[in-house]
Amino acid sequence: MAKNNLSIITKGLIKENPTFVLVLGMCPTLATTTSALNGMEMGLATMFVLILSNIAISLIAPVVPDKVHIPVYIVVIATFVTVLQLLMQAYTPAVYRTLGLFIPLIVVNCIILGRAEAYAGKNNWWKSALDGLGMGLGFTMSLIVIGIIREILGNGSIFGWKFITGDGILAFVMAPGAFLVLGYLMVLFNKIAKK
Amino acid sequence: MAAENNFKNMVLCLFLVCLFCGAILGSVYAVTKKPIEEAAIAEARAAIAEVLPEGGEISEPLKSGEMEYYLSRSGENINAYAVKSSAAGFGGPLTLMVGVLPDGTIYNTKVLSHSETPGLGAKCDSDAHFIAQWKEFPANGKIAVKKDGGDIDAITASTITSRAYSLAVQNARNLVKSLQHK
Repeated sequence: MAKNNLSIITKGLIKENPTFVLVLGMCPTLATTTSALNGMEMGLATMFVLILSNIAISLIAPVVPDKVHIPVYIVVIATFVTVLQLLMQAYTPAVYRTLGLFIPLIVVNCIILGRAEAYAGKNNWWKSALDGLGMGLGFTMSLIVIGIIREILGNGSIFGWKFITGDGILAFVMAPGAFLVLGYLMVLFNKIAKK
Repeated sequence: MAAENNFKNMVLCLFLVCLFCGAILGSVYAVTKKPIEEAAIAEARAAIAEVLPEGGEISEPLKSGEMEYYLSRSGENINAYAVKSSAAGFGGPLTLMVGVLPDGTIYNTKVLSHSETPGLGAKCDSDAHFIAQWKEFPANGKIAVKKDGGDIDAITASTITSRAYSLAVQNARNLVKSLQHK
């Protein structure tokens, strides 16, 4: 049983990694990974919403009529995102300033609705929470990896610590660099996941 | 497993879910309202403290047209003005807090918010050389980038951002001048 729980978490990291293998949630992935720190903060914010919405949805799923399940899920997800947004605004204004624009977009992040549909609606709350944690960790890890690579190449720093003086390769901080890094990492992860 | 798809169940389910979510949002909003306001005020105070000389009592926010400004006073004397000034940057509005002395000297500037390109215009709040130019910028200096015949070195490859920055500072100085002529 313990082994089973662990596998629910770890499948999100490599085998069913939401970014590189399931290819979900591309908008925040590309937009917020200009630095490792931004990527991490976005990942954690998404994980928070993912775990809570997975738990809530697994609890209410049995009593929701099929025909209205999507609107119900969206309302639940949007509620958690707004709660997160208000909390961040109140207690971590600095983080809110860098990520502010992307927080409301967590509502339409396919990972969250995707997991609600594919997992939380069919499993109990404990397994759904673990699934949310695993997927959240996988997403956070992916964003940090992309963020680190883009920050090193584009700015010559890691987590804001600058080790190269002068400018980096500008393209990596902008959108084209995001696509390039994402593409190469996707190849790498698919190779690992297939083994 | 799921409840039957009849009209009554669907309406009831949506109604209850929305009611419950609304209640949660309402209570979180009520709890966080004060901290959010306090955070915004603290942020404005911190920005003002950074762009004005030390000492002096900071006034409540005052309005002149669209622009918001603060006075730093000791007794009847006005030591300096802090003006919240905005101009169109490359990716959206660029908002600054500009500290202006009564003689028109720019004491210091600080970026409040921007949506400039990371790695290019976004350097307006981190590029040491660019920021240093604004510190105690003389009253007779021409606030414009060198390309436009002014005294400011633009950020490399970000002329539009640098122009917006100059314009915002210029507007702040003009406001202070117009306030003094009253």
